[in-house]
Order: sequence, then structure tokens, then C-alpha cells
Amino acid sequence: MKVLKEVVEDISQVFGDQVLIEEAAGFTVIKVICPQVLLLMRRLKEIHGFNYLANLTAVDYRDRFELVYHVYAVPENRGLVVKTSVSREEPVVPSVVSVWPAADWQEREVFDLLGISFEGHSNLRRILLPEGFEGHPLRKDFPAER
Amino acid sequence: MRVLSAERMVINIGPQHPSTHGGLHAETVLEGELVVDMAVHVGYVHRSFEKIAESRTYSQYIPYTSRLDYLASHLPTLGYVQAVEKLAGIAVPERAEYIRVIMAELSRIASHLLYIGSLAIDLGATTGLIYCFRDRERIMDMFEMTSGQRLIASYMRLGGVAEDLPDEFFPAVKSFLADLPQMLEEYDRLLFGNELFQARLKGVGRLSAQDAIAYGTSGPNLRACGVAYDIRKAEPYGIYERFEFEIPVGTEGDCWDRTMVRVEEIKQSARIIEQALRGLPGGDIRGKVPRVLKVEKGREVYHRIESSKGELGYYIVADGGEKPYRLHIRAPSFVNLMVLPLISKGGLVQDVIANIATLDPVLGEADR
Amino acid sequence: MVLDTGPNIIVTTLEKIWNWGRARSFWPLTYGCNCCPIEMMAAGAARFDIARYGYEVFRASPRQADLLIVAGPVTLKMKPVIERVWAQMPEPKWVLAMGNCATSGGPFKDGYSVLPGCDSFLPVDVYVPGCPPRPEALFHGLLELKKKVESGQSGRGYKG
Repeated sequence: MKVLKEVVEDISQVFGDQVLIEEAAGFTVIKVICPQVLLLMRRLKEIHGFNYLANLTAVDYRDRFELVYHVYAVPENRGLVVKTSVSREEPVVPSVVSVWPAADWQEREVFDLLGISFEGHSNLRRILLPEGFEGHPLRKDFPAER
Repeated sequence: MRVLSAERMVINIGPQHPSTHGGLHAETVLEGELVVDMAVHVGYVHRSFEKIAESRTYSQYIPYTSRLDYLASHLPTLGYVQAVEKLAGIAVPERAEYIRVIMAELSRIASHLLYIGSLAIDLGATTGLIYCFRDRERIMDMFEMTSGQRLIASYMRLGGVAEDLPDEFFPAVKSFLADLPQMLEEYDRLLFGNELFQARLKGVGRLSAQDAIAYGTSGPNLRACGVAYDIRKAEPYGIYERFEFEIPVGTEGDCWDRTMVRVEEIKQSARIIEQALRGLPGGDIRGKVPRVLKVEKGREVYHRIESSKGELGYYIVADGGEKPYRLHIRAPSFVNLMVLPLISKGGLVQDVIANIATLDPVLGEADR
Repeated sequence: MVLDTGPNIIVTTLEKIWNWGRARSFWPLTYGCNCCPIEMMAAGAARFDIARYGYEVFRASPRQADLLIVAGPVTLKMKPVIERVWAQMPEPKWVLAMGNCATSGGPFKDGYSVLPGCDSFLPVDVYVPGCPPRPEALFHGLLELKKKVESGQSGRGYKG
């Protein structure tokens, strides 16, 4: 992925110290504070043309949850990564379904397997596990063996 | 004239259904034969792939990836080994790269042949399935020659492939490619040229390009809407930039275009295999990989390939040990299924079957 | 067919004839999740040809089927569905567990969402191991089931 200078400049200017931008693993990575996720995503889509949400997932780092979004502009194929962290005690993140409907099931999956709630998602229910299942399996404190 | 009252009926298509490609549950609200609303439920085949990945070493996980998209089992394996190779900095010898391309494109052809067959049987033409399976068996034989297994061939390894191609492989693949045009012509006469088949697919399940991109659709479903986006061309992985091939693109985004795009892709995959066979060099089939592979903490990778269903991505986070800390599989079938209610609403209930069949979901991959 | 007249020459001869017929014409249910049903479909296709044994009549409705081939893993979400389908199948009916996942949970045994084998809630008659089992292995399983049915010992769904 080539470094996206204009995007980096614009986002740094608009969000200031609420974002931290770096290059890692071949991608431009924008780390943003949790409350600004929705505004950042909207700006990326509407002004910079990132119309395709390729991947939405989360990682349990034991002291926090980190959400990872891979967004692209299709078909030109410019891509970048957005990350945000949220505490394990109160894992609530703004939903980006209003920006990309592709986030719908992917956010439900993160809710189902990791227990992170998405504010603004109209249908936040379990998707892969049955409704009555207890616990969130991908959390590190969920036993690995049955 | 009296207006008769209509009652809304909720029917469950699936999860036990001959045409739902696994355990797909489409809860449909009907008014007569018209689909008024639909809710899609998945998760009936959820096999805890991502949690299991955290207790297997990078090498041990390879057979699991083959069981993701079992119709084209070399493709998800290819994506996984390439992701780990990117993560750990493992080099792959030339011969192995060419063999991988041949196997990946054969898998793509096998998957699309099964697509044609299952589309035929879902629409009621059982003979189509028999013909397609007959042709698919030749590819299964080739997989068995090289890896020992027909369907789930965990043939790729970190740094290369498991075994070299045996001598009997080359005449088999050459005769298959030589017979391929005739096979496709047979399907044309049997299925695609049939007026009823066309009537079931043309104009049905239209998906606009804007909706497709917004819903994260990828693969032939996206290309059928007119968006020329193929990861093999946009972000080539392995050695795909050395091959000449075209990306078939549709115009209407309906079931017919989704089918025709896949038929064209079979022809393009055959082109790639021919070029790969001509350019196949000698040499090693596996690069140097440490016995115990550990990847340092803080490294992560998102590697995506163009699977037969769409964008298949692996997001792997390493923690310094021999097992991944987190492995997430971006499954194309999972994301592609989101448009099913969108394209089915306003259509007839028979079109729901055509829509499911042409979106080509693999529930094993969607649910992981 | 259950008659309360106890074993006598007419009933046992009739049972033998019924069993002979049943064993040669299982009607499997079209149920499958995952990789194993692809091999089941290949078994039904032209190269391996399940029709030569008489078992090609795959029925979609459980009311019309008498053999439940559990092909693939049984997940937590799918268990109530299979139980319901099994309950809807009229007797005599049999279960064939196809593949490692249906037999014991297979490679996903330590997953949180896969049951360790479908025999935890179904009376399995024949187990066909493999991942996935070749179509020939499925035929072997079906022929074992045929022997079982002919000899009069059948799944617990049938009071014979």
C-alpha cells in the first residue's frame, strides 16, 4: 500500500492529538480515541472516498480490547487501517453501520464472540452462537479446552 | 369484484434444506409468493475456528484452513500460508510459487464447476449436477495425485508445498485443459442456452454496484455489478503479476451476470494454468523454515487473496510464541450473505433460491 | 410394522421380507453441513453412483426419508434442528454418522461450539470415519447398515 499523504495530512489536521498515525505492516495505521471513531470513519468515506469496509474485527489484549478496521477505496485500491482501544470493563464502541452497511454482521460477530457492544447498531444480537450461550469465547479468560 | 384479503406467512428456508449450501436459515415473510421481508440467520456450522487457532502452532493450523472453503480447498490454505510467510518473513522458492498458482486456479475451476452444478440442481435441473460432478472428478483426481486427498487437500506448507508434482499430473492437467472448452460448450447447450434457465436468472436479484460496495460484497458477485475489482490484479500476491488474464465484468448485477462472470473466470483460470505450466521452473519446493517457528511480539499482518467466493483475508497477531495470539478470518461468504435480504425483497419466493445459489455462499466459511 | 401377535411363522417371514426391502432402498435425507456432504454428493453423482445400491432417492422432507446421514459436525445451534428433523422422520429409521466430526467432534473437538459426536443425542447405527470419508467409504458404511437391517438388528427408532 502506498503511503496516503493527503489523507494523513487532512486527518492529523482535523483530529489533532486525538489520532496517532504510523506505518506498520505495509499499511498506514490511524489510531483514534474511541468516541471519535464514527466521525473519523465518516470523514474517510465522504471526503477521502474509502467506500469499502473490508474487515472489522477486535483483539483481546488482556488489559484492553482493540478494534481493527481495514478500509479500502474500491476499485482504485487505496487502503488503510484504523484502530481504536476500549476498556475491558466497559466495552462500548460507536457503531459504523451508518457509514458502511458491511459493518452490520461483522459488528454482531465481534459482539457475539468478544462481548463488545456497538452503540447505534439496531440489531445487536448473537449471530454465530445460539441465543442462550453464556460467555464470549474469544476472550482470553474463556477456557480454550472444553 | 371482491378484493380477497391476503395474510402474511413466515416460512423458514433452511437450515435443513437441499438448496441452502450448508446451514443457512432464511426466515422469509411472504405475501402469497411475494417476499416482503427476510431475516438471514447463520451460525449453524460455527466450528470455533478462531479460538482453535490460538491453541495450534502456525503449521498445525494449515489443515484447518483447508476446511474453511471446502469446495476450493487450496485457496484458503494458500491465503493462510502466505499470511504467515509475510508475518514471519519466509521466502518461497520459484517452483513452489508456480505449483501454488496451478493448484489455486484448479481449485477455482473446481469451485465454479460445482457452482454451475448446484445452481442447476437448485433450479430443478438435476442433470446439471451430474455433469458438473463428472468434470469435477478429474480435478479431484489431480488433487489426489499430488496431495493424497480428494477434497480437503492440505497441500500447501509454510515456505512451499508438501510434495512435488508427480509425472502423471502433467498429462492429466493438459488433457483436462484441452477438454475444458468442450465441457463449457456442453453446459451451454444443456443449461445456459435453455430458455427456462435464462428466465429464472435474467433480471432476478439485481444488485447495484453502489450497494455491493457499501455492503462489502466481493469476488464474482461484485464484478457482476460492473466493478472491475480483483485482488489478483489490484494487489497481486505470490507471482500473479506475471500472468496475463482478464477480469470478466458484468453489467446488470443480476443472477445471470453472476453466473456468466463465473463461467468466464473458468476460462481465465485455464489461461493462467497454461501459462504457469509453460513457465514452471525446476528447483526446490520448500523454502527454509525453522523447526519451531516463533514470530516476535507486536507483529501483525492482514493478507488477503482473491478466493473463488471473494476477498478472503487473514488477520494474524503474533505474541512471540509458536501459536498465533489472535487469528481472524475475513470470510467472503459471511459478508456476501448480507445482501441476500436486499436482493430478495420484492421478488418471488422461487427467486430466493436462485439468489442464494448465485451468491454462492459456503456456510463452512461464513460461520467458521 | 409392529404387530402384537408375538413371534410366529407369518410375522417373522413378513419381517424378513420387509427388512429385505428396507435394506435395499434407504431413502436418505438431504441434510449436510460442511465438507462431508460434498463427498456425499460425489457419491450420488455419476462416477461413484449410489444408485447401483438403491440409495439414490434423497428426499428433502423428513416425512419421506428413513435414513439420516449426519454428515458434518453438529454445532450447538444445529442440535435442536436435527432433533426436530429426527423426530419428524417416521419409523423405521436409522442414523449413519459420516465423518470424524459426526463421530466424535473431529478436528473441532476442543471447540466450544461443536458437540463431541452426534451419538450424544441420536442412536447411531453405523459410524463412517474419515475427514472427509471417500465415497467408497460411505458405501461401505451403507452396506454395513444394510447387513444390520437385513439381520433384524436396527436402530432404536424401530421396535422390531
